[in-house]
Amino acid sequence: MNSTYRALAEFAQTWGLLYFVAVFVAVLAYALWPSRKREFDEAARMPLRED
Amino acid sequence: MSTAATKSMTLGEGGTALAFAALAALSLIVLAQAHTPEYSFHAFLFLAGSAAAAFWILNRYFERPAALPPLTVDGLPNYNFGPVKFATIAAVFWGIAGFAVGLWAALELAFPALNFDLPWLTFGRIRPLHTSAVIFAFGGNVLIATSFYVVQRTCRARLAGDIAPWFVVVGYNFFIVIAGTGYLLGITQSKEYAEPEWYADLWLTVVWVVYLLVYLGTIKRRTESHIYVANWFYLAFILTIAVLHLGNNAAIPVSLFSPKSYIVWSGVQDAMVQWWYGHNAVGFFLTAGFLAIVYYFVPKRAERPIYSYRLSIIHFWALIFLYIWAGPHHLHYTALPDWAQTLGMTFSIMLWMPSWGGMINGLMTLSGAWDKLRTDPVLRMMVVSIAFYGMATFEGPLMSIKAVNSLSHYTDWTIGHVHSGALGWVGYISFGAIYCLVPWLWNRELYSLKLVNWHFWISSLGIVLYITAMWVSGILQGLMWRAYTQLGFLEYSFIETVEAMHPFYVIRALGGALFLAGALIMVFNLWRTVYPRGAAKPSGRVAPVADAVPVLAR
Repeated sequence: MNSTYRALAEFAQTWGLLYFVAVFVAVLAYALWPSRKREFDEAARMPLRED
Repeated sequence: MSTAATKSMTLGEGGTALAFAALAALSLIVLAQAHTPEYSFHAFLFLAGSAAAAFWILNRYFERPAALPPLTVDGLPNYNFGPVKFATIAAVFWGIAGFAVGLWAALELAFPALNFDLPWLTFGRIRPLHTSAVIFAFGGNVLIATSFYVVQRTCRARLAGDIAPWFVVVGYNFFIVIAGTGYLLGITQSKEYAEPEWYADLWLTVVWVVYLLVYLGTIKRRTESHIYVANWFYLAFILTIAVLHLGNNAAIPVSLFSPKSYIVWSGVQDAMVQWWYGHNAVGFFLTAGFLAIVYYFVPKRAERPIYSYRLSIIHFWALIFLYIWAGPHHLHYTALPDWAQTLGMTFSIMLWMPSWGGMINGLMTLSGAWDKLRTDPVLRMMVVSIAFYGMATFEGPLMSIKAVNSLSHYTDWTIGHVHSGALGWVGYISFGAIYCLVPWLWNRELYSLKLVNWHFWISSLGIVLYITAMWVSGILQGLMWRAYTQLGFLEYSFIETVEAMHPFYVIRALGGALFLAGALIMVFNLWRTVYPRGAAKPSGRVAPVADAVPVLAR
C-alpha cells in the first residue's frame, strides 16, 4: 500500500508534471504560432458574420 | 405528390417511445412497492412523465410530414430554435422561483419564526432548494439554451437529432422537478450541490449524455472549418460535469424501492471527492459555461471582434488545467492530508492568471465601442458581469490562502463571496444573454431598454447591499469565534455571534428583495417583447390592422 502510494506519487510529481508542462507548451505554441494569425483574426469575427 | 406512403418512424422516435413505455411500466412497479410515500410520489411523477413523453412522441410522429425538417433551406442552415425557446422560458421561470426561495431563506435566517414550524419549510430544506434552483434550474437552462443557440450559429448547422434536443431540455427540467420536490419532502443524499438521490442522478446521467451527443453531433455537421472558442468552453462544461457527476454520485441504493443510497467513498476520501465535485461545479458549470456566453454574446452585442482570439485559447486551456485541482481549499484544517490542502491552495492562487486573462479579454473586446455602455444597458449588464467575474476570481484565491481561510471559513464571508460571483457574474451575464436571446428567437425588438436600465440599477443596488452586509457579518463572525479572554476561555458564546449578525441578515434580505424585484421587471419586459400590447388578443383596435398590411405585402 505504502510503496504503491510512493510509486504513484513519484510518477505524478515527475512525469505527470513534465506531461502537463509539455501539453501547455504545445497549447502556447498552437495559439501563438505566427502563421496562424490570420486564421485567428478571422475566428475572432465569427459571431459578427452571420446570416 | 403523395409522400405519405414513404413516411416511416425513425429509430429515434421508435426507440425513445419504447424506452419511455418501459420506464412507465417500471415506474408503476416502483410506485406499488415503494418504501416511503415520498418515493411513491416520485415514482408517480416518473410514470406520468414517461407516459406523457411516449404519447407525445407518437402523436408528433402521426402529425408530422413524411420528411424530417431539412438541414438547409435555400442554402442557409435551417436552425432548430424550439428547444432553445423552451430552455429560455424555463430559465426565466426557475430564475424567479430560485430568487424568491433565496429571499425566503434569507428572511428565515433573520426571522426564524418564518419556517412556521413546518418540516417542508425549514431552512435545511429551503436552502438546497434555493441553491439548486438558481444554479442548476436557472443557470442550467441558461447554459442549455445559449449553448444550443451558439453551437448552431457558429457552426452554421442545424442542431443534431430530432427527438434528442427536446429530450435534453424537457428531461433536464424533469430532473429539476424531481430534485426540488425531493428536497421539500426530505429526500437528500446530503452532498452539497449534489443533493438528489440515486434515481434522479441516473436520470440526469442519461439526459447529460444525450446533451453531449447532440452537441458533438452538431459540431460534427458544421460548415465552418474552425470550431469557435465558445464551443470549446461549452464542451469543457458538458464533459467535465458528466465526469464530476459520475464520480461524486457513485452510490449504491438500498433497494430499487427505496430512495436511500450509500456512497461508495468513505471518510475523508468522500469529503475530497465531494469538494473535487463541488469546486468544479463552480469551475465548469458556473465559470466555463458562462465564459462561453461571454465569448459569443459580448462580441455580438458590442459588434466588435474578440480582443485577442489567441488569449482566449490560452485562457481556455489554462483555466481547465488549473481549476480541476483547486477543490481541496474547501477542506483546509480538516483530516485531509496537509499536502493536498496546500496543493488546492496553490492551484487556486494560480487560477488568478487565466481568470484575469479572460476578464481582460472580455473587457477589451469593447475597445472602440465603450460609448455603447452609455446607451445600451444590456451591454452594460454584461460588462459589469465581467467586472464581477474579475472581482470574485480575485477574492476566491485570496480566501483559499490557509491563513485567510482560518478566518473566513464557515462564516458569512463565504456566502458573500459566492453571491458576488452568483448574482454579479452568473446572474448578470445570464440576464444579458436572455435580453439578447429573446428578441433574436422571437424575431422582435426588445420592448423597453429603459426597463432594462431599471433592472440594472435596482439589482446592482441589491448586490451591493448583499455582499457588503455579508463581508461585515462574516468578518465579525470570524473574529468573534476566535476571540479569547485573558484566561484563555472563548469570549463569546455561539448565540451571541448569531445575535450580532441579525442586522446584517436583514440588510442581506433587503438586497435579495431588490435583486428579485429587478428580475421581475425583466419578466415583464420579456413578456411585452414576446406579446406586444394589442397583439395578444385580437381586439377591434386600429394598430394591428395597420400592422397587417406590410405582412400581407411581403
